[in-house]
Amino acid sequence: MSKTAFPPAIKSRPVYGVLEPRPGAVHLVVADGEGAGAVTDMLAKAADRAGMLAAMHIIYTPGPNGTDQTAMLAALGAKQCYRAPTIPTLLPRLTRVLSDAHMGTQFYLAGTEGLIGQAERDIMATGFPHHDIQKEHRGSTVRRVQCVHCKGITENVATDPFVCSHCGLSLFVRDHYSRRIAAFQGVNIDAEDPGQVPPPVVRFT
Amino acid sequence: MSLDFNLGAFNDYFRNETFRDDFTYANSPAGIRRFPFPFDRDDYMYSVNMEPHVPGRKGSVFEHAFDVDEHYVSEMIDRAKVLASDPLRCQSLPHMTLAGWDLLELIMEAKARDYPQWFTLTKDGNRWHWINRPLGIDHHFTFLDDSTLPYGPFEYITRQTQGDFTLQDERDNDLWMDAGMVTSQADWSLDFDIGMSFMEWHAPVPLAHEKGIFDRALKFLLKLQHGAPVRRFNWTMTVNPLLDTAPETYPVWGPTKTSLTPENLGQKQHLRVELQALFRLPRSNAIAFSIRCYLGRFEELVTIPKWGRRLHRVIRDINPDVAAYKGFLRNRDAMVAWLAGYDDGAPTSPGFWPED
Repeated sequence: MSKTAFPPAIKSRPVYGVLEPRPGAVHLVVADGEGAGAVTDMLAKAADRAGMLAAMHIIYTPGPNGTDQTAMLAALGAKQCYRAPTIPTLLPRLTRVLSDAHMGTQFYLAGTEGLIGQAERDIMATGFPHHDIQKEHRGSTVRRVQCVHCKGITENVATDPFVCSHCGLSLFVRDHYSRRIAAFQGVNIDAEDPGQVPPPVVRFT
Repeated sequence: MSLDFNLGAFNDYFRNETFRDDFTYANSPAGIRRFPFPFDRDDYMYSVNMEPHVPGRKGSVFEHAFDVDEHYVSEMIDRAKVLASDPLRCQSLPHMTLAGWDLLELIMEAKARDYPQWFTLTKDGNRWHWINRPLGIDHHFTFLDDSTLPYGPFEYITRQTQGDFTLQDERDNDLWMDAGMVTSQADWSLDFDIGMSFMEWHAPVPLAHEKGIFDRALKFLLKLQHGAPVRRFNWTMTVNPLLDTAPETYPVWGPTKTSLTPENLGQKQHLRVELQALFRLPRSNAIAFSIRCYLGRFEELVTIPKWGRRLHRVIRDINPDVAAYKGFLRNRDAMVAWLAGYDDGAPTSPGFWPED
């Protein structure tokens, strides 16, 4: 499987590239699900693969669809390779690692938008600009969506509309995206005509 | 120290009215004549349409940098109510405090200069004395010392100033919306958009990106100089004189869009005009963006024959994508039908002034 192709969208919607090996003192990899493949593809392009792995810290978690390629990543022989069971359990470790990150650290994010967005948010919080963080989307396209009404985040949204997991309103999913919240925006679909909610359609798989 | 209002003075000028519940908001006859009608021709499409924010005609909304009108006191009461129910409507990222002081200085100096009967600013070095008579505020504080104000400087001054405000930090050849006071917005969420770049927060606007409007606007704004502010109009439609059309509360006010009938449309439907001004700030190099909302009831606007004719033509011929984005597509035909009664087909003069 290769990089996910998305249709054209509005300018706040993140765009993703292809991970490229870059010179760095430390290579910090954060990935989930099929993102493991982006990491191995990137390493295959490295001029000094052994040197890169000797300075690499991989933080990985299975994807929202259950894809778990931990064994493949563990076999690479990186300096550190850690499997977290979920994204929420991955993030505290990332925050701790970031507290030691110095100039010359290269960041590689790969996998689903929820994982990439939350890792990017936490890296940006250290003052690192988002356009210097490499990101490659692979795997599930389910979305992390914030309800604009109650502010609650619903993870792994597959349908449009969907029911907010916090306040219960039916929300349609916009492409408008906040890096600070690491989420798309959900807006009540039947606000003007209460009760008239169209049937949900699977838009994100 | 608090920012409780102590009203009482100038009740003869400032209207006692509401922007919620019973919606008693209205423009006086003089208020209608100075309404900033935004259409200078009989059709509309997005454009950069920026011009220097210099003093305009006496008595018009352009006369002063920060227009204070008959709705001032009631608008500030409405803002306080919005903030009491949702404090997230005013946010400032930590690095924006200096820009907040810049804005406080800009507004206090302008209001004390332009409206000395209502506002007084006295400085003794950094020890400042601010009097806001319409709201009954009399404070001594130390400029650039946050601990001497009941709120951060940005929130303090924008609780006393009509219009929404955002503060844009300039980094990496881009503008970042890193602070905002947003309680009279045309359906956008500060809480969601804070921290975004110029292109990101404008992302949902249709058509204008393809026309290169935001590229040109950003290039223009990055060159904005201190002391040379600029302004432009924007507009939309709102049912009832509701200042706070926030996405957060859309389930509350959204159903009112279905309440229009041919009989009540002239009374309930309002043209919502934003007079937007941009100011480069001197210490922080941030850009302050003021978004001042004026609400004009259709019944009020058509008392100016030129505006009745022109509003009919603009709404009748508008691009449906623009009407949809602005949220009035479902009522567009009803508006056109109502407005048609005020369009005799006569030519209109160029420009937006009522009688030129």
